[in-house]
Amino acid sequence: MNNINRADLNVTKLIERSLEKRNQKERYFRIYGISSLVIAVVFLLTFFASIISTGYQAFIKTDIELEVFLDSEVIYPNGTKTEEDLFFADYDSLIFTSLKEHLPELKNRKERRQARLILSSGASYKIQNKIIKDKSLVGQTVSFILPLDDEVDMYLKGYVDTESSENSRKITDFQIALVENLIEKDLIHRNFNTTLFVSGDSREPELAGILGALVGSFMMLTITFIISFPLAVSAAIYLEEFAKKNIWTDFLEVNINNLAAVPSIIYGLLGLAIFINFFGFPRSAPIVGGLVLSLMTFPVVIIASRAALKSVPPSIRDAALGLGASKIQTTLHHVVPLALPGMLTGSIVGMARALGESAPLIMIGMVAFVVDIPTSITEPSAALPVQVFLWSDAPERGFAEKTSAAIMALLVFLLLMNSLAIWLRNKFQIKW
Amino acid sequence: MPQKNLNILGNKMKKIITTLITLILTIGISKSVLAEGRDTIKIVGSSTVYPFATVVAERFGRTSSFKTPVIESTGSGGGLKLFCSGIGVQHPDITNASRRIKQSEIDNCASNGIDEIIEVKIGYDGIVMANSKKGETFKLTRQQVFLALAPMVPNPNGTQELVDNPYIFWSDIDKSLPNSKIEVLGPPPTSGTRDAFAELALEGGCKTFAWLKAIKSQDKNKYKAICRSVREDGVYIEAGENDNLIVQKLNANPKALGVFGYSFLDQNSDSIQGSMIDGVLPEFEKIAQGDYPVSRPLFFYVKNAHVSFIPGIKEYLREFSSKRAVGDNGYLTDKGLIPLQNEEYKSMFSAANNLEPMRGLN
Repeated sequence: MNNINRADLNVTKLIERSLEKRNQKERYFRIYGISSLVIAVVFLLTFFASIISTGYQAFIKTDIELEVFLDSEVIYPNGTKTEEDLFFADYDSLIFTSLKEHLPELKNRKERRQARLILSSGASYKIQNKIIKDKSLVGQTVSFILPLDDEVDMYLKGYVDTESSENSRKITDFQIALVENLIEKDLIHRNFNTTLFVSGDSREPELAGILGALVGSFMMLTITFIISFPLAVSAAIYLEEFAKKNIWTDFLEVNINNLAAVPSIIYGLLGLAIFINFFGFPRSAPIVGGLVLSLMTFPVVIIASRAALKSVPPSIRDAALGLGASKIQTTLHHVVPLALPGMLTGSIVGMARALGESAPLIMIGMVAFVVDIPTSITEPSAALPVQVFLWSDAPERGFAEKTSAAIMALLVFLLLMNSLAIWLRNKFQIKW
Repeated sequence: MPQKNLNILGNKMKKIITTLITLILTIGISKSVLAEGRDTIKIVGSSTVYPFATVVAERFGRTSSFKTPVIESTGSGGGLKLFCSGIGVQHPDITNASRRIKQSEIDNCASNGIDEIIEVKIGYDGIVMANSKKGETFKLTRQQVFLALAPMVPNPNGTQELVDNPYIFWSDIDKSLPNSKIEVLGPPPTSGTRDAFAELALEGGCKTFAWLKAIKSQDKNKYKAICRSVREDGVYIEAGENDNLIVQKLNANPKALGVFGYSFLDQNSDSIQGSMIDGVLPEFEKIAQGDYPVSRPLFFYVKNAHVSFIPGIKEYLREFSSKRAVGDNGYLTDKGLIPLQNEEYKSMFSAANNLEPMRGLN
């Protein structure tokens, strides 16, 4: 009796001790899990913080409001009044005449030149475009909101150290005095930077925008989806539902898995060789970019679609076959609809990867300076990741914040796509 | 599970298949459309000319009724290869180059039916080393510049090994040089001037050592690291992007040398003097003629056959060759281009505006 009791006690002690150990292990595991999560979140926050802190000012721009007299003698110096004249007219001098009224007297050529440089070269384009749209404005005094030069913009955003010597910065003391003078007269305003969203690339930071890149990326992704989704889904259905399992399908499967892991630049080389050199598609065009990205996304979508088809329980197939449906009816009426949410999610995730690719686009000439907004898939175009790359390389300091702004736009685009994937999954998902 | 819903999705599959077939047809059709034409000028080539060409292209696009040319930075060699691949809308119209076209490239062009190439020399990329007029004139060779500024140099005892740069005084390198501390003010690595200086002056000096040159064929990256790096022990002082500032510091310190674009020497010739490099003074004519070793001409090449069917090439050439672009006060000069002198400007202007094709390399 006594012996048994002691044994019981020992066993209980043993269990208690091992329980303590097991609990300890679990606690450690939880701590590891939480700390790895914390590290990941810290990295993510640092990433966001650095991008947002350098980029948030890009959404603001500084403008000057000027009443400009559109002197017909300056605009039509030859008296011919042709469209050609409007392109070559000296709008700068019109703007300068109006700017001068608000400034103290400018003594010499150097001072006048510095005063001129306060305004962006885009100011005259703005007036030119307005006049081309409405020729009746010539001869009137019109109020314009005109962009300032990027150096002035940088100064007003507080990036310029005014304490430093004049030679170590691009904006001179004289220009700063003029700008302060204009601020006192309430002519300089801070506005939301619409230019960033409505214009294409430019060499002047204050005129550069991401619309061209956004349109280019959107076109490419549409092409990628239209091509890769149906092709990949058909391939997956055939492989999963109809193909006999033999050495050939094994071989195909290995190859598809391999293709999904091939570095993207290789698809760029392939695209260059096939689409541009052989088929003669134009360089730098979204159609080629879209085709290359579909090649890249194709294996990813096949794999995701096969996984989705595999997850459909065999009982569904058996029931359909048992009720007399043919193989194709079973597949198209019962299996595919159930797998479709998974296929869509897989392809959107694949496309999100394609959106962020810049390496294959280098080979097909999309890393190019494109100012005009593309209107068709055969016109030259930029893409969002490429725009980030190009701007990060530009010497002007104003492009630093533009780069971060473009990254933010890319992240928002990605976030939208991933949200769409989640929404689709939740909407169509059928649980059993 | 509602049967109806499944049927709708089944119909969707059919629709998707129909779309797919339509798409394949569309690609087939669009291919024939593509062959018809293009209304945007396509430019490829040198990354050195890229910042100049993009400025001209943007101005051209905004101040004319033509579309803005598309410019791709492919490097001079890559650009000429694309350029010479044939005549037709799928090939570029213009290529930028930071060196002259080679005979082999002209032959390659000719074999693809491109006989008439218009050569436009837009200006020079020249870099000077200068000091205050209060100090003595330096007579340097590129080898001496390399020995003074590279982080690793060949062992002074003559063996073929690299040692940390031991030189402190110019006279340590060569007895003929002044007995003053090596002190060079120059642009930071972000600067294009610095790149060109490293490539032309430092690498130029590096190549004079045969065994260093031999590394190039074995390990290009190692060669670049040896020949194009700059000392970081305080001898080379990064003086910011502003060349004006360097000029001022030179006046304050007559023993220091500065590295900057030729135009600043020209504008401050009352107080500073250029150093002779390989026996040539950085003078306007010498740079323009290519005698001065640390300078290179910049070009672009135009396919004459394309002028007739790509709109705007003629006008683009007019803009690029105009005084307001490449004149002494032109907007490209503001961006750092060394403008052409009178005679050369005239012949460039006439080649660009009269579409005169080049007649071989002379």
